[in-house]
Amino acid sequence: MVAHADTRVVHRGGSKINFRAPVITQDSRFLICVSGECIKVFSTSTEECIHHLQGHKELVTGLVLNPSNHLQVFSCSEDGTIRLWDFTDGILIRVTLLRILSMHVSAKGDVFLVMPVKRNKKEKFGLVSLNLPPSVEQHVMVKGHTIVFQSVSTDPKCIAFGQGGEYVASVKDNVLHVYFLNKKTFYRFALGTSGEMAARNAFTCVACHPKDDCIATGHGDGKIRLWRNFNQEKEYTFSTVHWHHSGVNALCFTPEGTNLLSGGLESVLVQWRYGQEGQKDFLPRLGSSIKEIVVSPDGSLFCTSHTDNKITVIKNCTKVSAVIQGLVHGDGVKTALMVDPRTKALVLNGKPGHLQFYSLQRDQQLYNLDIVQQEYINQSNLDQFEVVKAALDSRGSWLATVEQRSAKEVEISLKLWAFDEHTQSFVLNTTISAPHDGPISEICFSPSSQNSTTLVSVSLDGHFKAWQLTQPDPSDDEEASWSCDFVGDYHSLEPKCCCFSADGSLLAVSFKEVVTVWSPASWDLLTTLSQPPGAIQDLCFGRLSCSKYLLGATDKNLCCWNLLTCSLEWSTALDVSLLLADPLSENVAAFCGAEKTTDLFVFRPSEPRPHFSQQALCTGRVTRAVFAPRDEPLDGCEESSQWLNRSQLYFLTHNMELLTFLTKPEEERLMALSKQVPTIDDSVAMTPFYLLLGKHRKRVPCNDEADDSRLWGESWNFGVPNLAPGNHVMSSCVSSMCLLRDEEQPTEVEMESEKEEEDSEEEGASVPPRPEHESSDTGAKLGPVLTKAEHRELRGVKKLDYSWIRGLVTSNPVVNTTKQMVKTPKQRVKTPKPMAKTPKPMVKTPKPMVKTTKPMVETTNP
Amino acid sequence: MASFKPTRIQVYPKLGEKVTQDTLYWKNYKAPVQIKEFGAITSIDFSPLAPHTYAVTASTRVHIYGPFSQEPVKTFTRFKDTAYSGRFRSDGQLLVAGCEDSAVRLFDVSGRVAIRMFKGHTKAVHVADFTSHGYQILTGSDDYTCKLWDIPNSAELTSYKEHTDYIRCGITSKLNRDLFFTGSYDHTLKLFDARVDKSVMNMDHGQPVESLLLYPSEGLLVSAGGRYVKVWDLLKGGQPLVSLKNHHKTVTSLCLGSNGQRLLSASLDRHVKVYSTTNYKVVHNFDYAASILSLGLAPDDESIVVGMTNGILSIKHKRTPEDSKGAVQQKRQPAYRIFVKGKNYVPKQEDYLVSKPVRQYLAKYDKLLRKFNVSKALDEAMEQWTRLRKSEIPMAVIKELDRRGTLKNALAGRDEKELCQLLSFVIMNLVDTRFTATLTTMAEMLLDIYQSTVGMSSLVDRQLLRLQELLDKETEYQQELMEVLGMLDVLFASAHPRKEVTLPGRDVCLCSIVVHLPILPCGYL
Repeated sequence: MVAHADTRVVHRGGSKINFRAPVITQDSRFLICVSGECIKVFSTSTEECIHHLQGHKELVTGLVLNPSNHLQVFSCSEDGTIRLWDFTDGILIRVTLLRILSMHVSAKGDVFLVMPVKRNKKEKFGLVSLNLPPSVEQHVMVKGHTIVFQSVSTDPKCIAFGQGGEYVASVKDNVLHVYFLNKKTFYRFALGTSGEMAARNAFTCVACHPKDDCIATGHGDGKIRLWRNFNQEKEYTFSTVHWHHSGVNALCFTPEGTNLLSGGLESVLVQWRYGQEGQKDFLPRLGSSIKEIVVSPDGSLFCTSHTDNKITVIKNCTKVSAVIQGLVHGDGVKTALMVDPRTKALVLNGKPGHLQFYSLQRDQQLYNLDIVQQEYINQSNLDQFEVVKAALDSRGSWLATVEQRSAKEVEISLKLWAFDEHTQSFVLNTTISAPHDGPISEICFSPSSQNSTTLVSVSLDGHFKAWQLTQPDPSDDEEASWSCDFVGDYHSLEPKCCCFSADGSLLAVSFKEVVTVWSPASWDLLTTLSQPPGAIQDLCFGRLSCSKYLLGATDKNLCCWNLLTCSLEWSTALDVSLLLADPLSENVAAFCGAEKTTDLFVFRPSEPRPHFSQQALCTGRVTRAVFAPRDEPLDGCEESSQWLNRSQLYFLTHNMELLTFLTKPEEERLMALSKQVPTIDDSVAMTPFYLLLGKHRKRVPCNDEADDSRLWGESWNFGVPNLAPGNHVMSSCVSSMCLLRDEEQPTEVEMESEKEEEDSEEEGASVPPRPEHESSDTGAKLGPVLTKAEHRELRGVKKLDYSWIRGLVTSNPVVNTTKQMVKTPKQRVKTPKPMAKTPKPMVKTPKPMVKTTKPMVETTNP
Repeated sequence: MASFKPTRIQVYPKLGEKVTQDTLYWKNYKAPVQIKEFGAITSIDFSPLAPHTYAVTASTRVHIYGPFSQEPVKTFTRFKDTAYSGRFRSDGQLLVAGCEDSAVRLFDVSGRVAIRMFKGHTKAVHVADFTSHGYQILTGSDDYTCKLWDIPNSAELTSYKEHTDYIRCGITSKLNRDLFFTGSYDHTLKLFDARVDKSVMNMDHGQPVESLLLYPSEGLLVSAGGRYVKVWDLLKGGQPLVSLKNHHKTVTSLCLGSNGQRLLSASLDRHVKVYSTTNYKVVHNFDYAASILSLGLAPDDESIVVGMTNGILSIKHKRTPEDSKGAVQQKRQPAYRIFVKGKNYVPKQEDYLVSKPVRQYLAKYDKLLRKFNVSKALDEAMEQWTRLRKSEIPMAVIKELDRRGTLKNALAGRDEKELCQLLSFVIMNLVDTRFTATLTTMAEMLLDIYQSTVGMSSLVDRQLLRLQELLDKETEYQQELMEVLGMLDVLFASAHPRKEVTLPGRDVCLCSIVVHLPILPCGYL
């Protein structure tokens, strides 16, 4: 096997943003949260991701504001470093080398870390106090540290600092420890530790009152205890309040200490009045169970992080003002990974009973589709309806989902959703309750491009059924709905998987060891293929020139049949866990489970040698993967990465990490872009629109407002923002912005003659375009003259970071136009107008714009 | 914060007939008026002139009813024996009727005594009709002959003896004075032309012909006989166009409605079927209490008159808009104006529209479910069931409770009355296949919870016994169904040529079953 140095497996989106509690900045404008190996800064008002703070090599495990400088944030990571970031600029300040699991900072600015402490050859976790040396260097090595607690829980919720950092409280299992840092005294309070009581009384979280000597602890049975007088071993007191029916997951005092917030599995945020605990307010139905609660330093914003990888920002205790949603992992992905042909979004099951549409380009959830349409009951040990299968047809106009609830009897229903152009979302068309007697193992749409698509569902009850859209009688005023067209079986064997050929003329259904090939037109059994031993686990047809091949994976073998001769072409011993055909090329990817790792082979069914192979791709079996078509094919010509030219391969590991392959040129380009760090304006969040318009306005203060607002309007008119493909909006913005930049450039040159320019502008605003005194050839070149390479770069760039926009802004690519512009200062104001009117054609090619400007010049010329 | 998602009430496909325009049209009749006659009603004929009185021939009388009268406005009783086929002339002045005593009598509608009597037939005359110009009478008799009579001098003009069995129906052309059709028990229909001395067209119906009908355009002829209704294309020389077999007993009467858009057929199977004359599909169906012998439809479908073998005349009048309006006015709330207050304000151009947040309206049980008041929610749903008899609502709530895992809590702690209500709900809906799965769980839970109280209340015990009875009946029924299914499987298996080789042992077993299978009667399925 060849090692491929130029193709690398990278994490691509979908990291957990709820792993640790987020941090709200002093002014409540930003929300900082961990996201895998990097840190993300979001705006609390627009939900927009403003920065990616990259630098850690491993999982980021802690995030704390620097008490001495509220514009800085500490982060710690499993790679053993603490980094201090200036989050407004996104600049890395300092690195300290240690091994860390989580971190805390007391109000006095001392840094405490949870890190493994070796004691009696047993690895335990200890709380360690650390004095950061007052150094100005970028890189600092810290050696001296003192252990405060020998044994603490790794969960940062279990440690809290109270009353200006006077004491630290730590809970573990059934014991609460309090350590007074000044007096260096240590108290231990234990709750009933025997039998059933132990499990119920176990501490889950702790919070300290900021002004008062009071510690609040949450317990496994839903009780909250408020401890007082804990500076004495004997005469301590506690009071108990109880609302949560299951464990309290998070506790938090508001900054003034007037309220205590608690949350748990019920997904209800409970607000207790401190001092009068009988009074409480509720904020119910926050989506899923609450993991963390954070209050902004001024107390105006609450922020809850949830188990479904979501952060909710709550304003004024009552209103959800923003929701930052990452890729929902849940307990596992039950549906196959799919790519929505319309939005190019990844489709998979998300929240319980929902299907999520996740934009890979923007690393952001586009929207959730409620499949089950039932009130979700937050209760453990309850059989919930779950979306287990989903399929999209080739044009994205139909979506089929299967929901299942396995209580005493399996309840299944098959739903078919039609895409509604008007509302830009899927609308329920048909619900088929109990489509099969047993669980459905696979569903797939026929790829035929005509209006009539067929859905095939394969079930463990021994049948496969074909469903078709039936047009109702024209006399009835009912809508078209789906109904069963054919029920097939084969020797009452259990079918496992099904697959349509690329043109939809053949359907292959596997029954144990046998593959049956059916004609969907007549529902005749055409042929049967089998290669015992071993039941078929996966099936797929070859594409394009290899469409005569049918690939089948059994437990131990990968077989390839030639459908023209109905004979076995080749077979090889491989333990294939997933077979996947690229819809845009002949390539087939096979994920093979080795010992504990997964190998990947990419090959063409017609060629014996694999194009690409990588061993030990990741640990665990890969069972979900998808080929996402690229917007623009890469022109990489290296043989080993050619298979990535047309589409990109995404796959999910067993611990739900979304990984993809990145080729070297792609990676270099992304790296180059991410190096340019943008500065942030104090008033406005850094968004593409800001970059486009804010700068524009600042540079040209006399530019009339109407022009601006129209541009805004045009930009927003693209449609529902969460559904318009992000890259389209982006590239249109970018190209229009580049145009503006091109024409703005001369203003700096002409600053001396500002008065004159103002005059001309007023004229421009009041009268229609005056005849210009240029030759038509200069006018023709006025439009954007982006080279092809630049344009491709613009579009190819994924929106990982907005910093690249700035990169483009600062570098002025077109020199010759600038020169011409110097000659013709009056056109500066006018030219944006036609462009602002037609932002859409600009997205596609820059040429039409040249055309639109051309006639204007021509008419004025005589 | 997401809002509460209300319980989804499952919409089940409606069983039975679909509601179409036709069903709405034909259901728009008032409750029938029923009048008892002295014997089987053999003929109903509407006067072609307004006010469209109709002649009803029953026993030895011909009654003439007014359009809205419940009693005969005129009676002709001068028959020696059973009268047949009382028919109006096209001007509505004269009425002719045949009789069992072979005489044909002609009446003036305003008079009482027969003004002409035509004697010449030797057996009962079942058919009598006026020709289109109104001066001649066609009669058909059980002596196999049909005759034309001249009214002014009551003389027999022509006699045709071509049929070989009783002539029981006949019709004259409304466009040509010389043409008429007869249908006979010898299974044939014949077209006669008075100008020639024999039939000019001959059609074979296949069954004894009971009734004939001509389309207004007279291009198509409809005949009824046996279980069949057949349509013949006269312009193509009597070619059969359609054969309809929608009744399961002899079709006795035919009639056209809705200006020739619909064809109605009445039968001894107690049904009147309405066909569309464009595609000859049944669009509606009426049920009556007894076998129907005669059927009449007033112009513009104002009323449907049906005569039955037990002598009951049933008249259905069309519901007028005034009738329905009265009902609506009664329902209208007096405070209607208050409800629409301000709602019909049309915003002016300069008005700035502030949209109100849409308020989510929840059903009572949903409100209770939102508060986790499971028992109360179930009570509320049950109340709706008793009020509306919509099993879907309590079913949806029960399903929701089951999904939440709190159904047992909701069922527990009931008193005698509530428990009886729950049990009666289970009993009523348990055998409905759509609900069986859920109700079985519910019944099991009920039995679990109230096991200890059995025998303490007679009411509850009675319900439990009813439940047991129901289950026994249902298992028996299912068993029977399974048996039928098995029989059918065997029949199908033997009907299909077997392609694949199955296990030899199973084959033998199949053969032995085939041998012992009794022949299933058709009605069994």
